[in-house]
Amino acid sequence: MTGTPPANAAIIFDKLGKSFAKAGSGQVMALQDVSLTVPTGSITGIIGRSGAGKSTLLRMVNGLERPTEGHVQVVGRDVGAARGSDLRAIRRDVGMIFQHFNLLASRTVWGNIALPLEIAGTPSGQIKARVDQLIDQVGLTAHRDRYPAEMSGGQKQRVGIARALATSPKVLLSDEATSALDPETTQTVLELLSQINRDLGLTILLITHEMAVLRDIASHMAVIEGGRIVESGPTYDVFAKPTHATTRSFLSGVTGATLPAFVAARMTTNRPDGPAQEVIRVTFAGQHATDPMLAMLATELGIAANILAGAIEEVGPHPFGNLLLSIDAPRAAEARAYLEQHGLTTEVLGYVR
Amino acid sequence: MSANLIPILWESTLQTLYMVAISALLGTLGGLPLGVFLATSQRGELLSAPWVNKVLGLVVNAARSVPFIILVVAIIPFTRLVVGTSIGTNAAIVPLTLAAVPFIARLVENAIREVEAGLIEAARAMGATPMQIIRKVLIPEALPGITLGLTLAAVSLIGYSAMVGAVGGQGLGDLGIRYGYQRFMPEVMLAVVVILIVLVQLVQSLGEWIAARVDRRAARNRGH
Repeated sequence: MTGTPPANAAIIFDKLGKSFAKAGSGQVMALQDVSLTVPTGSITGIIGRSGAGKSTLLRMVNGLERPTEGHVQVVGRDVGAARGSDLRAIRRDVGMIFQHFNLLASRTVWGNIALPLEIAGTPSGQIKARVDQLIDQVGLTAHRDRYPAEMSGGQKQRVGIARALATSPKVLLSDEATSALDPETTQTVLELLSQINRDLGLTILLITHEMAVLRDIASHMAVIEGGRIVESGPTYDVFAKPTHATTRSFLSGVTGATLPAFVAARMTTNRPDGPAQEVIRVTFAGQHATDPMLAMLATELGIAANILAGAIEEVGPHPFGNLLLSIDAPRAAEARAYLEQHGLTTEVLGYVR
Repeated sequence: MSANLIPILWESTLQTLYMVAISALLGTLGGLPLGVFLATSQRGELLSAPWVNKVLGLVVNAARSVPFIILVVAIIPFTRLVVGTSIGTNAAIVPLTLAAVPFIARLVENAIREVEAGLIEAARAMGATPMQIIRKVLIPEALPGITLGLTLAAVSLIGYSAMVGAVGGQGLGDLGIRYGYQRFMPEVMLAVVVILIVLVQLVQSLGEWIAARVDRRAARNRGH
């Protein structure tokens, strides 16, 4: 992502830093030296644990937080430097949706979606036409006169999305938008976001702590840890070749490849004396994900591999697989070399007797 | 109770209602903006003005510390300046209003503070000005709480209005003291108390009914 020509960038974080004064004792660095480019038209996801700084980073984009170092540019404008009406003009170009929806309880669905247009001073005739169109777009026509208290979480988030789109923004920020929803509803909301991204060409920047969200909709991703970006790139590349431990730990939750407990308990880092099995992780990427590699390993080299765990799924449009195997230790190096030759990635996890 | 007391009771009831209604109205006109300002002017908030907030907070606390009966007497010169006399229902409205403003301000402040911070953040993210956030988000969202606060203030004013008899303020409290106590007519005292109970009940019920009508926070309140 870094290195993309700025002309193609919706959001640029440039050596961004944010420190907060801490009561009594000095300063807390929430973000340090964050440089990241969000390509125009992408769905870019930032994943991190709570307290990693992802929320602060997201709020820099619409000036809800100001950087103490560096710059944030949104569609060519410096957010950190903007004040007053300039900042409000930028905010109308940046929609935002929230984990807890933040809908006004005192307004109906229709009234909530109309709010940003009222704030922007849109004439009431135009507000009416636009809100009707948005309600239709998110599939809530039957609920237009309902109040948020009468709606499900998924419906509320649809209202939130329609509201965020009201002023036809160029960028949509999503603050853990599906974290308060059940898995099924999460899927429908993610599909709606994908559809908006495709239909409107809208750039979406989302933060989440769920790798599954990135797998399902993000074209680009970054991993944040302790206020720093530790890894970033196209989602598929990061899934296929994670380089940072934090990324791997997030990945282990979604790729279906965690060691069974009885193997993990017996595993050692060093190869024991005597007969042993080597435990390896094999990552299948791209076209190879569908090749019958293990069968070829057996027929061509006569090496049998035990499958301990694994899953093949899709990351964006690409198949992506992750297998945990155990192979007779004396021949494991040979097997790994063979798999690497065929475009797979391997990693030695340990040994079991 | 002799029949000729009925007109006196009726007249006193109207005087009480008049004093309470006008002072509640004026108290709201002053207390609502003051309460909104107190709720939004601490450091880092919408109208961030920490020093003004502190000073106003002190003034409000001071005003609320003065016992009402002392306030009534202490501001007699001011009352005379405003309404030209220090006697009668119009004169009584001055101390009632002065007591209502800081009280209503604190009630409004509390109601506004109950509004979720996330709503303010969402409105800021939409590019709303502080005044737009106050008008379109804070006051509508706090309206159920503000309504209940104003109800509480009106009930308190009914109680306070009984004390302004001390400066010839008239009304039900004055009647109860003059006839019921000083002229030994316990039936007048009883009638006054019953009327006050009924008034408070009516005001409280009306306030709760309005608050429920404007409260959309729970599904059960669906009004259509």
